[in-house]
Amino acid sequence: MANKQISQMGLPKSIANVFAARNVFTAKDALSLTEFELMELLDVGLAQVTSAVAHISEIVCPPCQTALSLMELRVQNEHLAGHLPTHMKGLDEALCGGIPFGVLTELVGPAGIGKTQFCLKLSLLASLPASYGGLDGHVIYIDVESKFSSRRLIEIGVKSFPEIFHRKGMAQEMAGRIHVLRPASLSEFTESLQQIKISLLQNQVKLLVIDSMAALVTGSLAEFSRIPVVVTNQVRSQSRDEICHYYFQVQSWNETIEDRTRHDSHLVAALGINWAHAVTIRLVLEAKSDQRFIKVAKSPISPPLAFPFNITSSGILLLSDDGIELTGPDINAIHCQGHNDIINFGGESLQC
Amino acid sequence: MEVGRLPISASQRGKLIAAGYTTLSSFSSLSPSHLARDLKISDNEAAEIMRVASHSHRLDGSAAGCGTVNGAQTAWDMLHEEEMFPRITTSCMDLDNILGGGINCKEVTEIGGVPGIGKTQLGIQLAINVQIPVDYGGLGGKAIYIDTEGSFMVERALQIAEACIEDMSECGGLLRKDFQACQLKMHPNNILENIFYFRVCSYTEQIALINYLDKFISEHKDVKIVIVDSVTFHFRQDFDDMALRTRLLSGMALKLMKLAKDFSLAVVLLNQVTNKYIDGSFQLTLALGDSWSHSCTNRVILYWNGNERYAYIDKSPSLRSASAPYSVTSKGIRNSASNCKRIKMM
Repeated sequence: MANKQISQMGLPKSIANVFAARNVFTAKDALSLTEFELMELLDVGLAQVTSAVAHISEIVCPPCQTALSLMELRVQNEHLAGHLPTHMKGLDEALCGGIPFGVLTELVGPAGIGKTQFCLKLSLLASLPASYGGLDGHVIYIDVESKFSSRRLIEIGVKSFPEIFHRKGMAQEMAGRIHVLRPASLSEFTESLQQIKISLLQNQVKLLVIDSMAALVTGSLAEFSRIPVVVTNQVRSQSRDEICHYYFQVQSWNETIEDRTRHDSHLVAALGINWAHAVTIRLVLEAKSDQRFIKVAKSPISPPLAFPFNITSSGILLLSDDGIELTGPDINAIHCQGHNDIINFGGESLQC
Repeated sequence: MEVGRLPISASQRGKLIAAGYTTLSSFSSLSPSHLARDLKISDNEAAEIMRVASHSHRLDGSAAGCGTVNGAQTAWDMLHEEEMFPRITTSCMDLDNILGGGINCKEVTEIGGVPGIGKTQLGIQLAINVQIPVDYGGLGGKAIYIDTEGSFMVERALQIAEACIEDMSECGGLLRKDFQACQLKMHPNNILENIFYFRVCSYTEQIALINYLDKFISEHKDVKIVIVDSVTFHFRQDFDDMALRTRLLSGMALKLMKLAKDFSLAVVLLNQVTNKYIDGSFQLTLALGDSWSHSCTNRVILYWNGNERYAYIDKSPSLRSASAPYSVTSKGIRNSASNCKRIKMM
């Protein structure tokens, strides 16, 4: 929209020629200048500039919809009212049906917690036929750290949906719908983005997974056509200086000293606060007191809930469908247990 | 008045000055054809210049010689006007109290906070509360919701709309017994129908939309609130030219203020936060820089205090600095739970 050509906007011939003569070709060029700057550049009067800018703005402006029509569109056109069910009942309820379409959902957590497992399960679910609760579509999986394991994918499929996968040729068809890309750098990824946008419309792609975002650090992801987009993120440790407050908040020094003596390592999501604003839904995976939790940390539709989970051969399994409601900013904290119990050869912990 | 200040094109200005006309009074008494001969331009062009000049002269007012200044409004009239428009409630009593009753029309209010604090929730709540009918103390208007991040979820809006209607029927039942005449016939779908939603994907579209709002609101005169969620998103990435960014932002702020004033509606801008190095340590501030912080009339910061969400009035010409707790529930923004417990014990 922003790169629409001024020559194709139906402006009166005279002013359109003046725009072109001064190298103002796209709407973006024209709207990046204030009206007085345009007056100086184009050498025309204010009235003409104002009407030209109003005309361009009206054409470039996004279409208006009422919230009611948004809802009706979703219910009528989109499969399952615009959500991809994760088959984890508690989480699906909290997210009003599953991973929503058209927005960015982020999974963040320390290494080895289960992010890639989650992504593998989701890819499988999206490729399943609609009768089994899937989206019956193709999946684009952008695997930055070479963690995609097709063997594990088939194992999850066989264990979770034995009736489909034991049928002849089904495993091949399901796995055949998942397209894995391995960009080596950010520039490669951005180049392939264009290609991806085209194939989104042509090949019936129904899910986009990026594992992991932190390794690519891209700027802005434009709104893709209405499919769920799942990205994973890494964690890094937080230095003391980063515990930030506003200028009007009284900092109690005792608090900060106590924090340092806590044994849990203090982790934050990589990519910082700027990225945190850009995602719509953030699911934090963490390990605390020997139990793994998946927390709905940021979501416009859900309360802050934490669900305990385990990783089994059939993927991720929630231990309880009623989440624990967490209050306060603790929902954003990422806890990670070190390897204390393994490295300290106590003997008892290693005995099965 | 100087010729240099007239809104005419550069070449016309150049011709005027070359012909010796440096002030307005020097050519205002001439006929258009005389001016056309002097400047070697067509009669039409000369007539246009004279029209623009006399229009600017009228606005100037200083040469008029009468007592009051043209275009000004007395403070007394402004006070009466303010009282005509009720404020938009946020559904949280403590928050309404520190805001002096709610969000004010004819003003630009900026609300900022860390991700997950409830900015979008507050935005959706306001888009619904502006529709509360006049009989219940609201404005009975429509809302424009400009979404730059994709965080507007229709399911949540429906949830909050249903809760709002429930609250209104409870309230109506308690207040008056003979309420048949003003019976509530609102359905959540009616509320959703009155929210105009725009999805913006780049800063060009954002600027184009704000330019277009003038025309849109003149066609939909009952819009009483414009919410931009968030105004920062497209201006934070891909901007190499910071000076350009500041110019664009201030242009946008001026247009929004003009919209608020001309159509008597409230403008609510949701902002993000960033870390800034002040006085030897990093502190949290609202994004978009210092120049932007002058653009809004009121500024509210949402933050975590222990386990509770608080709102703080950072800047306002008429409200004093204060904090108030609020909470985000399945029904939307409500009073903080701990407050309620205290009241019950009393």
